[in-house]
Amino acid sequence: MTELLVGTKKGLFVLEGEPGGAFEVAARAFAGQPVEYAMREPRSGRLIASVTNPFYGPKIWHTMDAAGEWEQAKGVALPEGGEKAVERIWTIVSGEANGTVYAGGDPGVLFESRDGGVTWELNRTLWEHPTRPEWQPGGGGLCLHSIVPWPGDPDRLTLALSAVGIWLTEDGGKTWAHGNQGLKARYLPEDAPADTLTLCVHHVERAPRRPERLFLQFHGGVFRSDDAGESWTYIADGLPSDFGFPLAVDPADPDSAFVIPLVADMDRVTPDGRVRVYETRDAGATWTPRGDGLPSEDAYLTVLRCAFDRAGEGSGLELYFGATSGEVFGSGDAGATWFTAARNLPPVYSVQTA
Amino acid sequence: MAVVTLRGPLRKQAGDRAEHPVAGATIAELLRALERAQPALDGWILDERGLVRRHINVFVNGERARQDTPVGPDDRVDVLPAISGGSQ
Repeated sequence: MTELLVGTKKGLFVLEGEPGGAFEVAARAFAGQPVEYAMREPRSGRLIASVTNPFYGPKIWHTMDAAGEWEQAKGVALPEGGEKAVERIWTIVSGEANGTVYAGGDPGVLFESRDGGVTWELNRTLWEHPTRPEWQPGGGGLCLHSIVPWPGDPDRLTLALSAVGIWLTEDGGKTWAHGNQGLKARYLPEDAPADTLTLCVHHVERAPRRPERLFLQFHGGVFRSDDAGESWTYIADGLPSDFGFPLAVDPADPDSAFVIPLVADMDRVTPDGRVRVYETRDAGATWTPRGDGLPSEDAYLTVLRCAFDRAGEGSGLELYFGATSGEVFGSGDAGATWFTAARNLPPVYSVQTA
Repeated sequence: MAVVTLRGPLRKQAGDRAEHPVAGATIAELLRALERAQPALDGWILDERGLVRRHINVFVNGERARQDTPVGPDDRVDVLPAISGGSQ
């Protein structure tokens, strides 16, 4: 059985099912509230969710039972008396060290938990980074949306912020270096400085078996890095559009990546009224459309950056993504064929397998 | 002391008690004192900047109030979710 944690505009839905058939709603939590993200911490089994109540502000909650009581996590706040407040938590990611969990959010903030998500602390070096006054928000705010650990090394981490760029640490978050060489933004003048801090990265994933390799969906471009995020190569040739948000990889294959192109930044829907996932198995040299079982006529869907995830790997790879129109689609055969796991949900913000 | 009345989730956060006598010369002082007395409310009404959250309304004796609105010892203060937040 596969468990999907689906964050929506109107609550968290825990879906359960087998690949190939409709999933059932096993639990719903935070009814009526926007749930940006939810994940199950793999070591403890604890569910952790970020919820932005429109009245009472953003919070992180945790529980061992999705249908039971949730407890509010402590410490998810900026220093009191400052000029900024936390606006939203975009992502929550398990770290490499035992008990470590990271949360990223708006305004460009990284929180760290050492007790499996119960208490949190702001990463002060990123918060106080000297370049921060130059950081600009993207359309979704100044969101830290991608947190990418390095398998086996708790000190190495890659972050992506919109619309700032890539930040790299090799000392557990004590210092941060900007990784941006090769990222070209069409929304900037051609003579913009190479070290610009206005790079609208949409999503980043690492190839776990070759951790120096990263794939990146940009605001106009898909890129690959083979040097741990210091420099990037454009690999979007062959896609119907190089605009999109989410990205997934097959952990068994460092040359693999899956993207879901949208028409463009001014028209954020699936191209030609067809929903298709594009797969590369040669590190971006070529792309193959995968749409068997997905809507193929008059389908203008939007898939957000956190709404695409996978379970398993290799021949057992499962892929799942959700749309703002309330469907969740899945594949139990690495994208070869697809099925509808759920429909008629509220707008889907995030999908995570557990 | 002024009495702050809470409803719904705010009441639940505050020990499931609706009425809270709190001392303070202004709404800002009053709400900070309420947070100190009821730590589970921390971040629910005021954000880290000390500002009342955008979609929360505060009333003194039935009239809309601001952070700097003076409060007397016999005043009744209501903290309510604003209808503006409902569109989300």
